[in-house]
Amino acid sequence: MKHLLGIEPLDRDEIGQILDAADAMLEISQREIKRVPTLRGRTVINLFLEPSTRTRVSFEIAAKRLSADAINVSSSGSSLSKAETLNDMAQNLAAMNADVLVVRDRTAGVPAMLAERVRIPVVNAGDGAHEHPTQALLDAFTVRQSLGSIEGRVVAIVGDIAHSRVARSAIHIFTKLGAEVRIAGPPTMMPVGIEELGVKPCSSIEEALDGAHVICMLRIQRERLEGALFPSVREYSRTYGLDLRLLRLARPEAIVLHPGPINRGVEIGSDVADAEPSRILDQVTNGVAVRMAVLYLLTGEQA
Amino acid sequence: MTRWRVRGARVLDPASGLDEVVDIDVEDGRIAGMGTDLPGIPEQVLEATGLWVVPGFVDIHTHLREPGQEYKEDIASGARSAAAGGFTTICCMANTDPVNDSPAVTEFIQRRARDTACVNVRVIAAATQGLRGEIMSEMAGLAGAGAVAFSDDGYTIMDSSVMRRVLEYAKGVDRPVIAHCEDLALKGATAVHEGAHATCCGLPGSPAEAETILVARDLELARLTGAHLHVAHVSAARSVELIRDAKDAGVRVTAEVTPHHLALTDAVIRGYDTNTKMAPPLRTARDREALRDGLADGTIDCVATDHAPHAAYEKDVEYTSAPFGVVGLETALPVVLDLVHEKRLSALDAIRRMTCAPASLLRLRAGSLEIGAPADLALVDPEAIWKLDGPELQSRSRNSAFLGREFRGRVLRTWVAGRAVHGSDETLP
Repeated sequence: MKHLLGIEPLDRDEIGQILDAADAMLEISQREIKRVPTLRGRTVINLFLEPSTRTRVSFEIAAKRLSADAINVSSSGSSLSKAETLNDMAQNLAAMNADVLVVRDRTAGVPAMLAERVRIPVVNAGDGAHEHPTQALLDAFTVRQSLGSIEGRVVAIVGDIAHSRVARSAIHIFTKLGAEVRIAGPPTMMPVGIEELGVKPCSSIEEALDGAHVICMLRIQRERLEGALFPSVREYSRTYGLDLRLLRLARPEAIVLHPGPINRGVEIGSDVADAEPSRILDQVTNGVAVRMAVLYLLTGEQA
Repeated sequence: MTRWRVRGARVLDPASGLDEVVDIDVEDGRIAGMGTDLPGIPEQVLEATGLWVVPGFVDIHTHLREPGQEYKEDIASGARSAAAGGFTTICCMANTDPVNDSPAVTEFIQRRARDTACVNVRVIAAATQGLRGEIMSEMAGLAGAGAVAFSDDGYTIMDSSVMRRVLEYAKGVDRPVIAHCEDLALKGATAVHEGAHATCCGLPGSPAEAETILVARDLELARLTGAHLHVAHVSAARSVELIRDAKDAGVRVTAEVTPHHLALTDAVIRGYDTNTKMAPPLRTARDREALRDGLADGTIDCVATDHAPHAAYEKDVEYTSAPFGVVGLETALPVVLDLVHEKRLSALDAIRRMTCAPASLLRLRAGSLEIGAPADLALVDPEAIWKLDGPELQSRSRNSAFLGREFRGRVLRTWVAGRAVHGSDETLP
């Protein structure tokens, strides 16, 4: 694996390798001294051109726990505001002998574009509506941790599939690992041709949740989409919001995932978000381990 | 004066139906004779057994970028690119800077073409002032200055009332209106065809209906006005059906298809190569099949390149930020010849779609072989295998969708009025 641009290019073995490495990394995060020298002297640049707290901090902690130097670059205050192109900027950052470039951008395809221009590994930390591979890896890791296995499980992904990189990466990882993936959401948020990815589109949240082992709720971008793709937040939460009543349709052992940040009372009720089946905070914990595994596999192995 | 001969080539002249191995003589820049026992002894002879001689190609959809964006292309470099692709007449679109919406700009382009271009350049003027789709341009003055058609290409005239008036007025000055059909609201800010590939890439898609809705509207307005509507760069299967039905019903409509829409599908967007980004977008394999069928049965009258040069640095950006368009003059022939190799189109019909068909719909005196007419010719090796690397392109820009692709069929030499403008060495005509 030279870069991590998405889940789609990975095969089952490569995914398994990352998840196995993340097991070991999780153990490091549980120690009193949460740091190993694996990537000492290496530099990880977190190029975050779209606002993000959770993912940026998670990558930063992951790098530091491996003893790498983590440098954060965000769009405000960066040279991008001086009309430098992204390619020029990335090449300049790489020329400072960075070892990994972690990229978050609002435009699909940016990590792939930069990977062709810089000679160091590129990690996609979320690109537009394309992919968010470390999120999918931590989702799969969390399912494996909670349920023991992924093969044959029923995974329901609910919400704005069309604009969600989380949904695409989750679809790729769970189908590759042998789960049955169902999707549900307002028809305006179901992208054309999605069934060609091997998922089953459902006409209601009830149909999607029936007998599910894993429920992935997606965040609704209410400020951007209300009025255009759904009439109101009120109607959305009534039609596609997850509450305890709907949760009973799923398996008794079912778990609930959400990439965060959650809109309480919109796509997920507080009764579910804070309840036993919720794995939302475990996901965050596991996210650090998965990102440590990715940084290690992309750089540490060559050391 | 000088007389030279191309001997032994298969000569294809779709306008007259000629498809035979004959010799062709050129004297003083004009076609002096065609046949097997031509009289006289030429000063020079080009042996061309196994090759084709065809009328120089005619492109009715070229962006030459001059005035205003000479860093992308200018009239001279665009003309060299045309010559390298076998084109001897090209028609340039109006989206220059300033926009060609006045006789002064039209005259400027024609003067620059006379002074600098190695092929014939004809001018398509803006249909509305500033390409804004609001107030029609001075079409009578523009026609008088030399404009052969009117188009806001690159933009769609979204106001149906304005489009109606443009068609009516253009009819009055006896010129066609070339329509770029994309519903701006339905298309959104998008760059690619809406489908599984766009979904996988996370790129916002534009459905085929963004085109077909406007094609249907413009066909209805052509019926209403009786004007000649020419639909630019048809990309969707449904558009072909609509145009076919309208032609059957007697509407004055013609249509073109680009080489890239004939050759490629939306599958090529998967690598985010910005040289796959153009408007309208590449669509599905089913659409491509319909375009090929439409070109074969004549529903689509001609091939037009939509040659749209952009500087490398402009395309070397995020997919959604890159400008629309690809260069196309130098690769048009082999793309069309693929249809001949696949037996979808006869050789004569393939050449027709690139010569007399586009010429006749803009009523240009070009695209045929007539004794006494200027010798605008191309010499073609239909079997030559070659690969497009990029640096060999004569255009100032290299934003081709076909970089790295292998082609079968190549233009070896191009003559304009008997003068070699591409592929000549010192010793031969």
